[in-house]
Amino acid sequence: MSPVYKPEMIAAIIATQQSRPGALLPILHDIQDALGYIPPGSVTQIASALNLSRAEVHGVITFYHHFRTTPPARHTIQICCAEACQSMGAERLVGHAEKKLAGRKQGEYELKPVYCLGLCASSPALMIDEELHARVTPERFDRLINDIGIKDIGHKNPEGKT
Amino acid sequence: MSIKIFVPRDSAALALGADAVAKAIMAEAVRRKIAVHLVRNGSRGMLWLEPLVEVQTAKGRVAYGPVSPEDVAALFDANFFNGGKHSLSLGLTEELAYLKQQERLTFARVGITDPLSLEDYLAHDGYQGLRKALTMQAAAIMQQVTESGLRGRGGAAFPTGIKWQTVLNTAAPQKYIVCNADEGDSGTFADRMLMEGDPFVLIEGMTIAALAVGATQGYIYVRSEYPHSIAVLNEAISVARKAGYLGADILSSGKSFELEVRKAAGAYVCGEETALLESLEGKRGIVRAKPPLPAIAGLFGKPTVINNVISLASVPVILAKGAAFYKDYGMGRSRGTLPFQLAGNIKQGGLIEKAFGVTLRELLYDFGGGSASGRAIKAVQVGGPLGAYLPESQWDTPLDYEAYTALWAVLGHGGIVVHDDSADLAKLARYAMKFCAIESCGKCTPCRIGATRGVEVMDKIIAGHDRPAQIALLRDLCDTMLNGSMCAMGGMTPYPVLSALNHFAKDFGVVK
Repeated sequence: MSPVYKPEMIAAIIATQQSRPGALLPILHDIQDALGYIPPGSVTQIASALNLSRAEVHGVITFYHHFRTTPPARHTIQICCAEACQSMGAERLVGHAEKKLAGRKQGEYELKPVYCLGLCASSPALMIDEELHARVTPERFDRLINDIGIKDIGHKNPEGKT
Repeated sequence: MSIKIFVPRDSAALALGADAVAKAIMAEAVRRKIAVHLVRNGSRGMLWLEPLVEVQTAKGRVAYGPVSPEDVAALFDANFFNGGKHSLSLGLTEELAYLKQQERLTFARVGITDPLSLEDYLAHDGYQGLRKALTMQAAAIMQQVTESGLRGRGGAAFPTGIKWQTVLNTAAPQKYIVCNADEGDSGTFADRMLMEGDPFVLIEGMTIAALAVGATQGYIYVRSEYPHSIAVLNEAISVARKAGYLGADILSSGKSFELEVRKAAGAYVCGEETALLESLEGKRGIVRAKPPLPAIAGLFGKPTVINNVISLASVPVILAKGAAFYKDYGMGRSRGTLPFQLAGNIKQGGLIEKAFGVTLRELLYDFGGGSASGRAIKAVQVGGPLGAYLPESQWDTPLDYEAYTALWAVLGHGGIVVHDDSADLAKLARYAMKFCAIESCGKCTPCRIGATRGVEVMDKIIAGHDRPAQIALLRDLCDTMLNGSMCAMGGMTPYPVLSALNHFAKDFGVVK
């Protein structure tokens, strides 16, 4: 589980990064790496340390797709939906994943698109948490989510394959 | 003597189980009491064969692939560590046609060396460019880069020498070298492969750039989707610094250059150079108005060389072997080589470094072997999500910046995405607009609002509502985006949209 948000912890991260030019992104990365997200409560703290307005910090956090302001699910599954993966059936894979994962507890997983993982010659590709997988068939997808402990709860494989 | 076995550490190999293969090989070697020296190299770029395992033999390196952990015991049974025959045998790596027909200048070492071994790098002609540059005046380095004809490999194809010259001519107490490694285009992975497979060549190229323009600080801005590249670069920078190739006194020359990796945060528009600089400064990645050029007022307002990974990584070979050597490759005003990336629905996808002038048909069939699905190839998108879709009638045009401009297409960063005849180009055109809507930085109206309107218009066309009027509207909208946007994000989204409409009108419900 992600550690709980503590102002002292944010302060320590700010202290190590503050003197670097353009420190805001490195600070946000460090906070997200440590907690899994950027607690909205930390915005004031970051803003005052960097002599920025809260609006500026909030603006940066919300501009970039990578940063999040809520705790992540136990597992994040990102399926590449860019052109190269589309040409190899990414859309079908997303459909399969949605069906397969339907009815799970909230917080168990988050399924979201990503636009290019740089694995375009081995499409379709996806990333589960920090791990990359390429040439992912629906069958391989089932094995991968089984490996991370999202067990089959009796849904029939929509394609009827094993 | 131990046997040398190579298992790539490139992301594309890892995504196909290379770590498990490496582990299985080591376990099997221990079980059979065979001494193995395992090298985690970069990828050779034959990505349909990954994980590609190589063994050093007296005759050269022998390749096996694609290898899964289950194959490992059988490979040992077949004496693969002595080059023995097995159903996965591919023969001598260097003799494989896919590699043999390439002209690898920038990628000369990728897949061959251990990316983090400085000894390996030096043994394969590494740092010869920097050693030469250290004996030269800034103007002489500049002359070599200008004469080589090198143009920006990120996509804009601006002459690198002219960019550098502008920075050199601008007096300032602090100058910067920034490497754009925010490789967000679908169908491109050359930057990633180079950073993971030969990070020292990028470090060397940036150091030469610093000497040429008088910069002392460099940044490599790498996309957050490339965690392995970030890790390899950080390690390589620390190795280079310890050995005196970076830092306050480079190879006792008295010249200093510091280098730092900065992690991006998933905004496609930050691949645009001014948005990237804003991001490096800790702000939202909003495109700046030009002028001033980054070469005059760039990072933190200081003169800045900002170049793509491949541009900077091509500099060492130019310095080491001379401008004439590099210029000898290519055609017209497109000099040297381009690492093409063959991707999407293709049987043999991978990295192909060739001199400019090769045709798409040669890449698709001689290298690629046709579509992966076995169906006819219908459309090929060259140059990333902002590049045009090319129909078969255009596949014999040489890949050259000017020849592609004449087709109203772009080479971009050399990414080639193949679609078979099941592709619906109207849907892909809609996707181009949608992608622009998601990724627009929001600074200028044609891009911010145009892309959203574009998705709506495409939805109506796809649904068959008043098609002639909607298509006229789409053309009008594209005209506004093309001519009114501040950067390539909105300004080039019409390329995939209009090329799809013009060449594949049937998919838009226009009978032809």
